[in-house]
Amino acid sequence: MVTLKKLELAVGVFVALGLAAFFMLAMKVSNIAELGEDKGYKVTARFENIGGLKIRAPVTLGGVRIGRVSGIDLDPRNYEAVVTLSIDPKYDQLPADSSASILTSGLLGEQYVGLEPGGMDNHLKNGSTLKLTQSALVLEKLIGRMLTNAAAGDQPAVKTP
Amino acid sequence: MIDGLRRLGRLALNWLNRLGKATLFLLRLLGALATLGKRPGLVVRQLYSVGVLSLPIIAMSGLFVGMVLGLQGYANLVDFGATSTLGTVVALSLVRELGPVLAALLYAARAGSALTAEIGLMKATEQLAAMQMMAVDPFARVFAPRFIAGFVAMPLLAGIFTAIGILGGYFVAVKQLGVDSGTFWSQMQASVGWIDDVVHGVVVKSVAFGWVANWIAVFEGYDATPTSEGISLATTRTVVNTALVVLALDFVLTAIFFGV
Repeated sequence: MVTLKKLELAVGVFVALGLAAFFMLAMKVSNIAELGEDKGYKVTARFENIGGLKIRAPVTLGGVRIGRVSGIDLDPRNYEAVVTLSIDPKYDQLPADSSASILTSGLLGEQYVGLEPGGMDNHLKNGSTLKLTQSALVLEKLIGRMLTNAAAGDQPAVKTP
Repeated sequence: MIDGLRRLGRLALNWLNRLGKATLFLLRLLGALATLGKRPGLVVRQLYSVGVLSLPIIAMSGLFVGMVLGLQGYANLVDFGATSTLGTVVALSLVRELGPVLAALLYAARAGSALTAEIGLMKATEQLAAMQMMAVDPFARVFAPRFIAGFVAMPLLAGIFTAIGILGGYFVAVKQLGVDSGTFWSQMQASVGWIDDVVHGVVVKSVAFGWVANWIAVFEGYDATPTSEGISLATTRTVVNTALVVLALDFVLTAIFFGV
């Protein structure tokens, strides 16, 4: 039988290894920095159609991730999708008339919300609403429109109403 | 017909009877936990035999599982030119499912069976009865330290399995197949969440599996028929029942945390 001292040492190494594994899972594998995400300020945006947007999808400005989608809801009165964006408080200088559009990374990639800065002096703050929005591009609708246009006559398919 | 029904009824009653016995056993065991503070050495010794001695098999299996995931993921993703998501595939499958489940199955085979056999043999050689004769409570002295040690060891083993698996996947993907190292890690980080995936996957699942795996192992030993055949049956039952319960529980936990 191993002496208690050696045994305690081995158990200590085992526990340390286990904790190191969790440390690696926290720092290297997952993004633990996003724990504080809920401290971000909330901005809502209304869209006609959000396509395949999901909760936790990134919110970017100029390609830089500045927040995440924290909630998606449907307004029962006018049937618009209400998307809540949680934006990092570090970026509190965004103009109030910024616009939001739902974009796709790559042809078939994940959908995200892209912000386009406006020119107003007022800044977005907790509870603001983005007035200018652009819905997601739904591929089926686009193809359908192209087909009907093509069937309607010899007008170029790219021309859209 | 009547005979078949009666047999079914007897099976169900037996099963319920054992479940009740196991629950009472667990309650007595939990009641004995308070006395453990006075003898921490008991838990350390058990942590050594269920934790430290399980490390080699856990580490090796984790490495190979991760490497296989890397290879298979690459072989399938390369057709779509999506090898950049390989890190995500490897990490998510390990963190959410394979890490905790395989670690628990290996634990049942490596440590759970040993626990059952040890306790069963103690019972067969009347060591447990001898303890009671000397007014030593076997729950405080034998069962509780083994249960608690296994309960602590399981999450640590699952964490080690997962981390080594991801390193194995990294080794195959980046060093062998030439996936870009930066893409591998950054794609992984972007889609694996700490609470959503690591805590709900590895931590919660392995804590639940550790609870049932050790409960079954210790109870089967306690409940074994004290003969050589009885002990071998009890050991088999430990491994089979743990595997079934772990897989069923895994489905339930996945439905709760990852179901849409």
